[in-house]
Amino acid sequence: MKKQAGAIALALTLTATACTGAGEVAESDAADLDVSTGVTDDSIIIGTHQPLTGPAAPGYMSISLGARAVFDHVNAQGGVNGRTIDYRVEDDVYDPAQTIDVTRQLVIEDEIFAMMGGLGTPTHSGVLDYLNDEGVPDVFPSSGALAWNNPEEHPLTYGWQTDYTKEAKIQGQYIADNFEGQAVGYLFQNDDVGEDSQAGLDQYLADTVVAREHYESEVTDLSAQLSSLKDAEAEVVVCSCIPAFVALAMLEAASIGYEPQWVLSSIGGDTATLQALLANFTKDTDAEDVPADAFLDGVLITSYMPRVEDQEDEWSQFFNAVWEEYGDGGPLTNTHVFGMTQAVMFSQVLKSAGEDLTRQSLIDALHTQEWQGPSPVPFSSTEDDRGGHQGVYVLRYNAGGEIEMVQDPMVTDREGGPIEATDYEPLPPTELDFHD
Amino acid sequence: MTTFLNLTLNGLATGAVYAALALSLVIIYQATRLVNFAQPALALVAVYIAYTVSQMTGSYWIGFVAGLLSGLVAGALVERVVIRPIAKSSELNAIIVTLGLLLIVQGGVGMIWGNRQHGFPYAFDYVGRFSPADVFAVASVAVTALLLFGLYQFTPLGLRMRAAAFRPEAARLSGVKVGLMLTAGWAIASLIGALAGMLAGPPFISPNAFDGVFVYGITAAVIGGLDNPFGAVLGGVLIGLGMSYVSGYAGPELATLAALAIVVLVLSVRPDGILSRPAARKV
Amino acid sequence: MTTTSTSSNAVEAPAPPARPRGWRALPSPVRHLLLAALGLAVFTGFLLVTGDLTALRMAAVGYTMLSIAGLQLLVGGSGQVSLGHGAFMMIGAYTTALLVIHMPMLPLAADLLLVVLVAVVAGIAVGAATARLHGPYLAGATLILAVGLPGLAHRYHEVLGGSNGLTIRTAGAPPFLQGVVTNSEWKALVVWTTVLLAMALLATVNSGRLGRRLRAIRDDENAAAMAGIPVGRTKVVAFVIASAAGGLAGGLQAYVLGTITPGSFTLALSLTLIAALVLGGISSMWGALWAGLAVVYLEIWASDATRALNLDRDVENNLPVVVFGVLLILILRFWPLGVHGAVQRLTAPLRKKSAPR
Repeated sequence: MKKQAGAIALALTLTATACTGAGEVAESDAADLDVSTGVTDDSIIIGTHQPLTGPAAPGYMSISLGARAVFDHVNAQGGVNGRTIDYRVEDDVYDPAQTIDVTRQLVIEDEIFAMMGGLGTPTHSGVLDYLNDEGVPDVFPSSGALAWNNPEEHPLTYGWQTDYTKEAKIQGQYIADNFEGQAVGYLFQNDDVGEDSQAGLDQYLADTVVAREHYESEVTDLSAQLSSLKDAEAEVVVCSCIPAFVALAMLEAASIGYEPQWVLSSIGGDTATLQALLANFTKDTDAEDVPADAFLDGVLITSYMPRVEDQEDEWSQFFNAVWEEYGDGGPLTNTHVFGMTQAVMFSQVLKSAGEDLTRQSLIDALHTQEWQGPSPVPFSSTEDDRGGHQGVYVLRYNAGGEIEMVQDPMVTDREGGPIEATDYEPLPPTELDFHD
Repeated sequence: MTTFLNLTLNGLATGAVYAALALSLVIIYQATRLVNFAQPALALVAVYIAYTVSQMTGSYWIGFVAGLLSGLVAGALVERVVIRPIAKSSELNAIIVTLGLLLIVQGGVGMIWGNRQHGFPYAFDYVGRFSPADVFAVASVAVTALLLFGLYQFTPLGLRMRAAAFRPEAARLSGVKVGLMLTAGWAIASLIGALAGMLAGPPFISPNAFDGVFVYGITAAVIGGLDNPFGAVLGGVLIGLGMSYVSGYAGPELATLAALAIVVLVLSVRPDGILSRPAARKV
Repeated sequence: MTTTSTSSNAVEAPAPPARPRGWRALPSPVRHLLLAALGLAVFTGFLLVTGDLTALRMAAVGYTMLSIAGLQLLVGGSGQVSLGHGAFMMIGAYTTALLVIHMPMLPLAADLLLVVLVAVVAGIAVGAATARLHGPYLAGATLILAVGLPGLAHRYHEVLGGSNGLTIRTAGAPPFLQGVVTNSEWKALVVWTTVLLAMALLATVNSGRLGRRLRAIRDDENAAAMAGIPVGRTKVVAFVIASAAGGLAGGLQAYVLGTITPGSFTLALSLTLIAALVLGGISSMWGALWAGLAVVYLEIWASDATRALNLDRDVENNLPVVVFGVLLILILRFWPLGVHGAVQRLTAPLRKKSAPR
């Protein structure tokens, strides 16, 4: 009997797989969103996938630490609409195969209400379809890939980071205006970061660019790239790189006596992290007492979030206070602030979704949200545009730890549209309604 | 032309680091016929201890010495506690055990020092083409290889170590303490591994920092020939130069493929490495 | 001591030790196929009582097991230590992805057959290039293969997608089974059907003439050559079989996960595969089952356990890896023949009792 059943199952499997094309996928029905999975009277479970170990961990593990500190703070104030936030972080080692496993675990076993800030382009791409098919809101993936803003294919995904092309357009225009006629070099990560960034930069700099160099995140030797940039006499170097490679590039440049004007993207412009990395390499220079400022003085950075360096800023003060109380004792960096800003905004949406929380009410709250911070840059999470942050501002880092905003926030699109000023004003933390 | 010169000097400096790790692998292979996957782990421990000590004392060189010494001690400990009970069962098992050790140490380092990156300084000024730091790397590896050669060829200790490795029974009969010699081999190898760590560590260290260095270290040892310390140096330089040229002229994404190509080319001509003696092959 | 009993057992691979005479009388391909069918029936029953997450993980156990079984034939059978088995999984995975993207109308069975074909070609190339290499030289060459191959994905990123890789959607359960089994369960079933068929084939090869030749080469290459065994060719064949199994496993992984990136086929994967093989037991294909389970479940259990301990965050994050390392060392310290060896030793008294019947 049993053998027969097995044989029948075998035969069925074989015939069925033998007939249909492996790549011909039927459209699945939209998932039911009027559910409150993961929500109880006094708690909400949300999840995320982050690299906590492995080669990518050093760059990104601070993000979830920052987010957790804010959620701890929110919970200590009584939570959101009477519910505390249960934030579950799963380690995917930045391996897409493991992202799929931990995401299913979060959805099926932990029964999360929503995914918040799943990190990385290759990793998150692998669970994009799954989350949307299962009806799990996929809020604020931590990456600037263009793919997150695609409401038709992924109706439950809401981007967060200013996408790489928008950011690069604003960088391009700023350089074209302020460094007129100077030779420009690109140094970029050889994936969508580089591709999308060049698409934006080239709209303004195609005529002045003299060198395009790329790096692979597995190869930490940048000497060939920096030599080429120097030989091409690039006076301005736009680095679309993660912090570790910004630091490597700056060290390599110093070692060959090359001093270009650095322009850093938000992903690599965390001066607090860069200082920690570079602090050991300024011995015997003028800047010995002020760690790493020999490298960082005068660097231009595009950014969309509040900055830890800005001690006047109320959000920066707030994040410092939260980190003081709920952090791990280490210094606060802008990488932490990344997660903290996400956590504040997510709490804000939860708050405005009301007491009768369902996945649909969360989606509605996202669509109708009037964003007012913490970032000084407008934010979009409407029915048709899930681009997240709409632009960037430009700041200069000066020796001594001061930053100075050299261009106010500008917004643009990811195509050929204009770059425009905005009159957006964020609310201070005391006035923003994101917890009880 | 300047590009070529730059790439050459740069390849030499990175090649020296690979050579140092390859040297430590060669010593352990000579002593126990074992490819030691725990070598980067031991180097990692040494480097993190060096980092901590120099943070505490404010002196790079005190940290440097502490790192080398901890490498020495760790190597001896690992041989005694972990490897010896298993080495008898099978060669492959012993290799897998060193892999297990690698996992434990990488995880352990993450537990103690965290998974974030730390800045780890160079021994000397790194500014300039073929900077003092690069000179130090190349010179220290060259000196190490010469010392090793001398040790094995001309000193009684070296002779006993070789005897213990290749003819353990005969060595034992003629009064050589075989066990002690094996421990000594591991200790010396880990000392050199620690040196490789000191050279490969800068500018940033993290628990996975030596994964790549280790791969190219093994590659260097294999193409140079596992029986010969000069083979390790030659292999390291070949790999370092090859990857530097390919990276510079054809693009960094091809660097790992270049290493693969070098291995295939070399081993298809010399299956036991460039400098191996044909007689040393297992028959 | 135990060595003799296991090596004789390895000849018949997964056949359970003691069965009535009629069972033994069957030809080995039939026996292995029946075992595979039985395995599938048990697996189907198991799926019906568990959920989607288990289905995904069991599918992972399935393709990992197949991959390791191929490695077992190579390392345990012919004694060639390969540290780059992940490279063949990568070849299989990318081949599947390219087929699904560019020829979506091809049925999965055809895709997988093509994957095996490509993997066979890759196996011939690698096997021929490495046939003259011994011990650590072979290990080093295969190691650099695993590290170097992902470079191709970066070099040809227009076709292979660079570090973001390729994403595919594959068909799930056929319409008439919708509602009975979920897509994940269906995919797990397809994986296990394929895996068990392939394993039955591997077991047949292993217990046949080729298997005997491989073991002869492993034990003494010169003696084997003198006995008239074509050593070089046989070693290449072992590589080809291992490559085909690895490629097929990679193809199945691509089919289940739908996302194929170089970041999934790192050196860490290759090293995990060989470590798990030794952990499970290198002398028999049953070891591959334990190995597959260990690869998929050990760290999950370890991280569940560490979470319950409420530790410092740096400790909690790193503990699962450490646990894996410690287990690896302890198991090999006390059970040199791996989990399968231990199971055999535990069940040895039982088998002795039932043997005289």
